[in-house]
Amino acid sequence: MSAPLLRVEGLTVESRAGEAATRIVDGVSFALRRGEILGLVGESGSGKTMACRALMRLLPSSRLALAGGSVELAGEEIMGLPEAAFRSIRGRRIGMIFQNPASHLDPVMRIGEQIAESVRFHQGGRRRQANEKAVELLRQVGIPDPAQRAAAFPHEFSGGMRQRAMIALALASDPEILIADEPTTALDVTVQAQILRLLKEIRDSRGLSIIFITHDLGVVAQLCDSICVLYGGRVCEIGPKREVLAHPRHPYTAGLMACQPGTAGGSGRLRTIPGYPPASDALPSGCRFHPRCSHAVSPCAEVQPPLDPFAPDHLAACHNPVRQASLRTRETA
Amino acid sequence: MHRYRFVLTRPLQLLPVLFGISVITFLLVRAIPGDPARILLGTRATPTALARIRAQYGLDEPLWTQYFYFLKNLAHGEMGRSILYKVDVLGLVFERLEPTVVLVLGSVVLALLIAVPLATLAATHRGGWVDHLVRVVSTGGLGLPAFWLAIMLIILFSVRLDLFPVSGYGDTWIDKLHHMVLPCLTIALSLSAVLTRSLRASLIAETQSDAATAVRARGLPESVVFRRHVLPNSLIPTLNLLAVNIGWLIGGTVVIESVFAIPGMGQLLVRAIFTRDYMVVQGVAMVFAVASVVVNFLADVLTVTLDPRVTL
Repeated sequence: MSAPLLRVEGLTVESRAGEAATRIVDGVSFALRRGEILGLVGESGSGKTMACRALMRLLPSSRLALAGGSVELAGEEIMGLPEAAFRSIRGRRIGMIFQNPASHLDPVMRIGEQIAESVRFHQGGRRRQANEKAVELLRQVGIPDPAQRAAAFPHEFSGGMRQRAMIALALASDPEILIADEPTTALDVTVQAQILRLLKEIRDSRGLSIIFITHDLGVVAQLCDSICVLYGGRVCEIGPKREVLAHPRHPYTAGLMACQPGTAGGSGRLRTIPGYPPASDALPSGCRFHPRCSHAVSPCAEVQPPLDPFAPDHLAACHNPVRQASLRTRETA
Repeated sequence: MHRYRFVLTRPLQLLPVLFGISVITFLLVRAIPGDPARILLGTRATPTALARIRAQYGLDEPLWTQYFYFLKNLAHGEMGRSILYKVDVLGLVFERLEPTVVLVLGSVVLALLIAVPLATLAATHRGGWVDHLVRVVSTGGLGLPAFWLAIMLIILFSVRLDLFPVSGYGDTWIDKLHHMVLPCLTIALSLSAVLTRSLRASLIAETQSDAATAVRARGLPESVVFRRHVLPNSLIPTLNLLAVNIGWLIGGTVVIESVFAIPGMGQLLVRAIFTRDYMVVQGVAMVFAVASVVVNFLADVLTVTLDPRVTL
């Protein structure tokens, strides 16, 4: 197996409020191969967005700080780079698209001009060439009549079109990795399917690697090659998609799967995981999932479980992992 | 181009506005106690002389007849004759227009020259001492009355430092601008206080906006983020605020022109009120009203041009 394109080790983000500092991202590690789509899964507040913002060094508040970890891009450590040097990575090698394209586009600049701005900055060249490249990018992301639509403003686009425009913007600098932060959550289901198909096409045609942040296991099942499940800022399970979805080892992963409408079967009530995700200023000791876990045993409240291997590349952090038999009984129950 | 359709329909809306203003100014100026003929001729005037003056200017007619003549004149593009100066009001107003226009435009330009850099400095050094200083000074600027500020500026720059003239208006353009520095500065200081506060707040909000984050995520440097995305988005609400303030400013020139003895429309208005020169008061008030309406109209055109989301 080839060396991963991106290797993240022990990524930690601290939130500082006065004296106290809490780790909202705590030692997150994962690897991304060329052309791979990795699903970063978790509930709101699980740290999936913050982990990626930290990767891009775009933490949204001055109270949040990178507190440790290593990020290797194509074998080169990039975490220690000074800001000026890091800017050649941001956008150019790692691009990003966002959940709400309406607010992430400049409302008073024409779509084509926003793309051309990025093209000119990253690839140089004349204004006309950049404009032509912008139209070409809009065509590639499936916007009909791109030459005309390039002159439109974001509010004149539909939600799906805006997300396509965001993708074109990210591709303008020709990155190797695309971080997609819940790009389909704000879209309706048919448009969501179109965007997922588009991302897959782009991955295939450009050999792009994608980190896909989502809370939707259904989307992961459709799109991703591997899964990294986060809870309370920590990785609780990581592995190839088929392996993890077929044999979830962490009770949280199993719980998330049971919550998917359809997998629970029948017309009964939607299953839920009891309780709420922990607040970032009141994270539980030991395994952070233990207060909500039906599998909790005596060490769970005190000792943080290590990530143990269960199959090749399949790791889970649990003192009392799910066995296949017990999962089946839960499903038929 | 339907977004600009209001350019055609808006002038029609101007008519009822002007009609209302004509009624109000006509009645208000006549509600002031005092007789124009008496003020013109003095206390020893004979009743026949007074009657002759009143007849000459139609002041002996019933109110509604006088108003009818006023409207009829306006429809013909005239404003009647000044009782005091004995010339057409329109000519008088045009003569006094230039200093007032220079005063207003100069103040706006100066206010922007002060506000944009200060707000930028404060927003980019948020929470630092520059920011605190700008906020304290601009809050202070809001509280200072213009006439007091004018006198302080005269004492400092004209009397002590002898840099600018105390009052009046020049003959050549350079001379005129030299005379207008202090009056413009007086207005600009309070105007820029309002603008700085607004612009600083929008700059900070736009710097942290999703759109700015997305531009940073594309690897563009902070200077580009600021110049091409943060600043244009922040200027839109501030320019609207400026437009509202220009309307208020046109009235405010009355005080400044009096303090600096500038022969503009404001000064003309004050003198006309003291001498009960009805036609001049009506004329100047109408011009001020039209100017305010036109400024707001131009502001709307500017907003529609700058912000593609706005439709009027």
